[in-house]
This record gives sequence, C-alpha cells and structure tokens, in this order.
Amino acid sequence: MSTINENTVLVIDDLKVDFATNAGMVNAVKGVNIHVDAGETVAIVGESGSGKSQSMMAAMGLLAQNGQTQGSVKYKGQELLGLSSRKLNQIRGAKITMIFQEPMTSLDPLYTIERQLCEPMVEHGGYTWKTARKRAVELLDLVGIPEPARKVKAYPYEMSGGQRQRVMIAMALANDPDILIADEPTTALDVTTQAQILELMADLQKRLGMAVVFITHDLGIVERISDRVYVMKSGEVVEEGDTKEIFSKPAHPYTRMLLDAEPTGRKLDTNEDKPVVLEGTKVRVEFETETGFLKPNHVLRAVNDISITVREGQTVGIVGESGSGKSTLGRALLQLLPNADGRVVYCGNDISGWSKRQMRPLRKEMQLIFQDPFGSLSPRMTVGQIITEGLLVHEPHLSAAERDQRAIQALEEVSMDPAMRNRYPHEFSGGQRQRIAIARTMVLKPKLVVLDEPTSALDRTIQKQVIELLRGLQKENGLTYLFISHDLAVVRAMSDTVMVMKKGEVIEAGLTDDIFRNPKEEYTRELIHAAVLRDDEAA
Amino acid sequence: MVRYILGRLLSAIPTLFLIITISFFLMRVAPGGPFDLERPLEAKVMENLNKMYNLDKSLWEQYIIYMKNVLQGDFGPSFFFRDFSINELFAQSLPISIQLGLSALTLALIVGGIMGVSAAIKQNRGVDYAVMTAATLGVTIPNFVVAPCLTLFLGVYLGWLPVGGWGGGAFVNVILPVVTLALPQIAVIARLTRGSMIEALRSNHVRTARAYGLSGYTIIVVHALRGAILPVVSYMGPAAAALLTGSVVIETIFGIPGIGRYFVQGALNRDYTLVMGTVVVVACFVIIFNLIVDVLYAALDPRVRFD
Repeated sequence: MSTINENTVLVIDDLKVDFATNAGMVNAVKGVNIHVDAGETVAIVGESGSGKSQSMMAAMGLLAQNGQTQGSVKYKGQELLGLSSRKLNQIRGAKITMIFQEPMTSLDPLYTIERQLCEPMVEHGGYTWKTARKRAVELLDLVGIPEPARKVKAYPYEMSGGQRQRVMIAMALANDPDILIADEPTTALDVTTQAQILELMADLQKRLGMAVVFITHDLGIVERISDRVYVMKSGEVVEEGDTKEIFSKPAHPYTRMLLDAEPTGRKLDTNEDKPVVLEGTKVRVEFETETGFLKPNHVLRAVNDISITVREGQTVGIVGESGSGKSTLGRALLQLLPNADGRVVYCGNDISGWSKRQMRPLRKEMQLIFQDPFGSLSPRMTVGQIITEGLLVHEPHLSAAERDQRAIQALEEVSMDPAMRNRYPHEFSGGQRQRIAIARTMVLKPKLVVLDEPTSALDRTIQKQVIELLRGLQKENGLTYLFISHDLAVVRAMSDTVMVMKKGEVIEAGLTDDIFRNPKEEYTRELIHAAVLRDDEAA
Repeated sequence: MVRYILGRLLSAIPTLFLIITISFFLMRVAPGGPFDLERPLEAKVMENLNKMYNLDKSLWEQYIIYMKNVLQGDFGPSFFFRDFSINELFAQSLPISIQLGLSALTLALIVGGIMGVSAAIKQNRGVDYAVMTAATLGVTIPNFVVAPCLTLFLGVYLGWLPVGGWGGGAFVNVILPVVTLALPQIAVIARLTRGSMIEALRSNHVRTARAYGLSGYTIIVVHALRGAILPVVSYMGPAAAALLTGSVVIETIFGIPGIGRYFVQGALNRDYTLVMGTVVVVACFVIIFNLIVDVLYAALDPRVRFD
C-alpha cells in the first residue's frame, strides 16, 4: 500500500463536508483521507451519494453555498481549504484541473470552443489571446478532434457529447496541470465513445505525466485504468489499496457487493412456440428537417425497414448507441409516432396507422417505461395518484377506494411500502422512482411493456435490484418485454434474443448467448469490448 | 439576418392593416361622435362640420379615404384640437415621450440589473432580502402614489427639483418623471435578473469557469449574466413599447406634453383620427421592439439562428 512520500502532490486529511439544509445538517463526507502521488492514477469508487464527488469539489472550493468543510487539503504542502478565492484561483485551472460528468452542459453554450479554451490559458498560463488561440488548435489536435482549425470556431451545441468531453480534456491539459480530477467523465457517454475517451486519457497521462484522480461508479473502468483505489460509502473511505489487490481480495463487504453488482443471471426459457404478441414488418420512421425556403428538406431515416417478432413471455433486447434509432423503433411499434411506415400486428390485429381513439383500448395492454425516473413522474401528484392515473382512463368504473387498493397492490408488487403512496416523487431516490414508474405500469396489468433504458440512470447495485424485479414481474404475470438499452450487461441479463442496431438498421440479431459469445459483426464486437463486461460464471 | 429582418418587417404590414381596420370600425361602434356637446350645435353648423371631416359620407367611404391617407403617411386632422393635424400633434409629443421612456428604460435596466445580480450573488443574505423587499414595494406601490410623494418631498419641502413641467427636456425637469416611471420596471427587472442569475450561477458551465480559476468578473458577467439576461430581454420588448409610447399618469401629474394623454383625450372626445393615430403608433412600437428583442436574442445566444 502506498504511503505519503516526497512525490505526493495532493494530501486530503480528515476532510469533512457538511451541508446545511432545511432538514438540518447533512454530513456528506465524514473524515476522509486520500493522497495522490505525482503521475499515478487514483480511482475513487462509490455509488451516488457516497460523497466521492463532494470531497473533490470541497478540495477545489466548488461546494454549493450551503456547504462547509473541515480538515485539510494540501497541494504540494499548501493548504487549499479556507484559501481566498484569489489565491485558490492560482491553483485551480492551472495546477489542478477538472473534467465533469456532464459533457453536454459543462461548456458555456454561448461562446465558441476557442474562447473557452483560451480563457484559462490567458488567465493562468501567461498566454496572450493570440498565442492562446494557436495553442487551442494544437490542443484540439492532441485530444483527437478532426479538423481542429475549423472545429475551434464551433459552438458547443455543434458538437457531440464525446467531442465536448474531448474539448473539456483539452481545456484541462492546457496549462500542463499536476493533477487532473475527472469526475465520472464517461458516464454520460455511449460505450464506444466511453472506451475512446478512456484510451485518450490513459495515453495523454503516459505522455504528459500528470496525476489523475478518477471518480467513478464503474468498476470495469477502475480495473482498466487505475493504479490505486479508494472505495467510498456514505461519506467514508471503507477500503483502499492497489487496484489488483482490491479486485482479487476485496476485504470490506461493501466492496464485495460492488464487485458483485454487475447484473447476472439469465432469462433462459425461450418460448419459441408461444403465440406472437407483436410483429412489426418493414417498420420505417423518417424525420424531415426543414433546411430553408425552396431547398429540399433533409430526411433523416431513424428506423430503416426493421422487422421484429416478439412472442408471449419473451424479452427482446434492442441494443445500440444513442442515435441508433432504438427508442424510435419502440415508439413506432406502439403507434406513438404519426410518421411511422410499415405493418405492425398486435395479437393478430393489424394496428398500423390506427388513430389515437382506436388505440386507446389497447393502450392499457401496451405500456412504456422511460429512462428518466426524475422527469417522468409529475412532481405535483402523490405517488398514489401517479400510479392510479391510468386507471381513471382505462377502468373508470373503479371507486376511489378500489383504486387505492390497486395502488397498494402495485406498490407491494414492486417491493415498496404502500404507506409511501401519499408522498410526492421528490422524496424518493432514483431507484425508488423507477419502482414507482414500474408500479404505474403494472397497475394496468399490461401484456406488453416497452422498457426504454429503464436502468440507465441508476447505480449498479440499484440496477441489479430493478432487473431482478423486472424479471420477477415477468415470470409472475407472463409479461412480454421489449427491452431497449445501450448497456450490454443489463441486456444480457434480461433478454432472450438481442437485436443490435446502428444508424437505424439492425446489423445483427439472434439468441442472447450466441450474440455475446460469437458476435459476427465488427460493430457488435466493438460494443462488447467497450462495455468491459466482467465474466460471469452463470453464463 | 438582413433577410430575416426584412421578412419580419414585411409581415408586419398585414398585421398593421388588420389593426387599423379593426380599430377603425370598433371606434365607430362606440356611441356618440366628435361634435356631440352637452348643448347640441345648430343643425347647419353640424352639417358643415360633418362635411368638412367627411363624416357625411358612408362608413365604407370614410374607411377608404382614411386608408388612402394613412398610406401616404397622413393621419388626418384632429377633430378635437381643431387647428392641428395628428401628424403635427405627434411630431411635438412623441419625441418627448420617447425621451422620457428611453431614459426610464435605461435607468431601469442598469439599476434593476445591478440589483438583481447582487441579490443573486448574495442569495439569502442581507443584500438579497433588501433587494427583494425593495422590488416588492416597487411593484406594489402605484405610480400615482409615488409621483406625488416624490414631488412633495423633493419638489415642495426640499425644493431641489421642479414639481412639474417639461422645460424643454432640461435635466432637472426630467429626473422625477423618469424615476417614477422607472421604479416599477426596476423592480420587475431586478426580480427577473435575480431569478435567472441564481439559476445561471448554479449551472454546470459556471462551475467549469470556477473550477478553472477564472476571475469573478469573467464568471459573473461573461459566463453567467449573458445567459441570465435572456429572460429580461424577452420582457423588455413589450415593456419598452409601453414605456416609449407614454404614460397618462406620469404625464398628467408632471404636466408633460407627451403622447400618453392623447390616448385618454382622444377616446373621451371621440377624436377618431387621434385614437387611430395612437393605435398605429403603439402597434408600430410593439412590432419594432419585438423584432429588436428577437435580433438581440440571436446576438446573445448563438443557438438561435434565423437562416
């Protein structure tokens, strides 16, 4: 195990972070010791709420206004806590830089990439605007952005998430920092983009030799890139040590739980002879974007002649990166898009092109669960109201008491305390909200459920629980799932068959195990490689 | 951009046409006429007057005549101010209202903006509470209360400022009406700025700016304020149009010969041409300021594009 020595650049000693909230003091970080040596990669692992980000935010003086710190954070012997912002500004952005989780919003939408790259260089690096502009182009080239001289003039909204994260990395490297703090830098990115960004960071670290503090909840990433690991839980470091040791001999039960959190198990019975619930033939969705007066409209084919068969009790996994058209396909099959072409047969009825009114009686049986557990529940309705809202439409004869009874049943089904039904969504965590969303669906007793990235916004351990819940519900109620996800580990644990989508087309389809063991297409192999699937014996 | 602006200006023509038509006929639906006095005029006089102002013709003919004149930029003679044409009346009063309105607008933007930004930076502290209290007062106390109070103290008791009159736009004469006119606007702008500024200061890109050790000015003005000012800009469109076309209350209290009082006088006296004239002027201002707001928006936010 590493100890503090003359190479140590950052020492965090007994750091405590408290937030004053209406409900009293919240101790987010409870006395954490972390040190970072020059040139090494240290990973801080933990689930959301473990205080891993807040300890680094505190070190950088970036806490929210109601945050207070105690303890000590020393950069090369200089105490950072309680430093005036003028003094602190000589270090942050110059000696210690940060990359954030949200590439889409971490850059100012109103200024060009060039301007934002140059600002810290002019502020700290002794550059003039002219020389900084030149260096900005070099930096973009360094982080692998094509046509840097042109891209430097672009605005953030003109770039993809991966490119924006590259720009953030360029910004972080601009002043040759000693320490680069990366706060979940790849969480919001597609798996293949994630792999590229990780490779880029590893490569740059090798060349430039700064220390990297990598905050993440993804153990696959930790195993791949870090030298040492700190495991955090509820504001404390529960275990630390060399990466290899931690992964081979995890001492703390929490670490073991994290390591086991990868969704495991399979859905084994493939019901080849069961009746077909949903069949789509040559489904096509096109979006037209108006380009201007008298110019031909640009047509984007989001879903290109896809055929799909889903049998009763089956789960069909649809895998692909963002923009591959997988969500669009799901919506088109449910007749939620007016501009979808092709034939869709549901339980023997050709429902393609049915009007809203015609679809209404079927809606009860065809449900949709969304990715975002925060945005998809109305904040002004109680959980009970949310769950039973669908009953008002589909089973209007129910009395209020009967509806309440159904809400209680539904909450019990998703393993939640029925007493929670009088509370509001904001009182619940992401995992609980997703359970509420599932309860809202189950209360209608559907046949077919389209699950659109239902676990993507959740921590791994919560993910595992939600997956087990979904599998259990399927078994009990004979549900049919269309499971849309970019997360291959989750898809592997959920589905009978898998379709891999890219740019609106299905490039590979087959039984789950066949696809994962012997992928035929290069793109599928790339996805599987990038997903850093940990082997599981249950396979 | 030029094409966009031209397009918007062209599309304003049918809007104006509709506004003029509707208000022309609405005005005539109202009972009474411009020459109905308490003691009726002699029939012969009345007939002559009607003839002089084309009121003896059919409504339809009158409408055509009026439209023709408007197209030539002639808003006709005033029915009430017998010796003046509407153009003459506006030529005298509109510049005064515009000067008054623009000054109030500028004052409101600067003071309200600064108040809002400081409140946001010191959120939930003394400065914030003070600003928000002042803003609430500014919105709730009507200007016909503020104006006499200010006049009483600064004009009568202390004798620092004249209590009324325009004085050809002399600085001392302008202060009181401008301040009174600006106060509610200051309050609204301070509130708007505070709200959006608090949001902006919490946004991720401002966190990035802080993490990269940029100076306070760069963080607050360059990165936070530019985005935070957008809602204020949207508000300014209609507000500016309202301010620049005069305020009846302010003009009456301070005895300022602006355009605002013509609204009331025109309507009360059934001075058809005067009412029509003010309607057209206000409509033009609203259209122009909405256009300015949209162009400003695009200038501030590169994501808004017009081509």
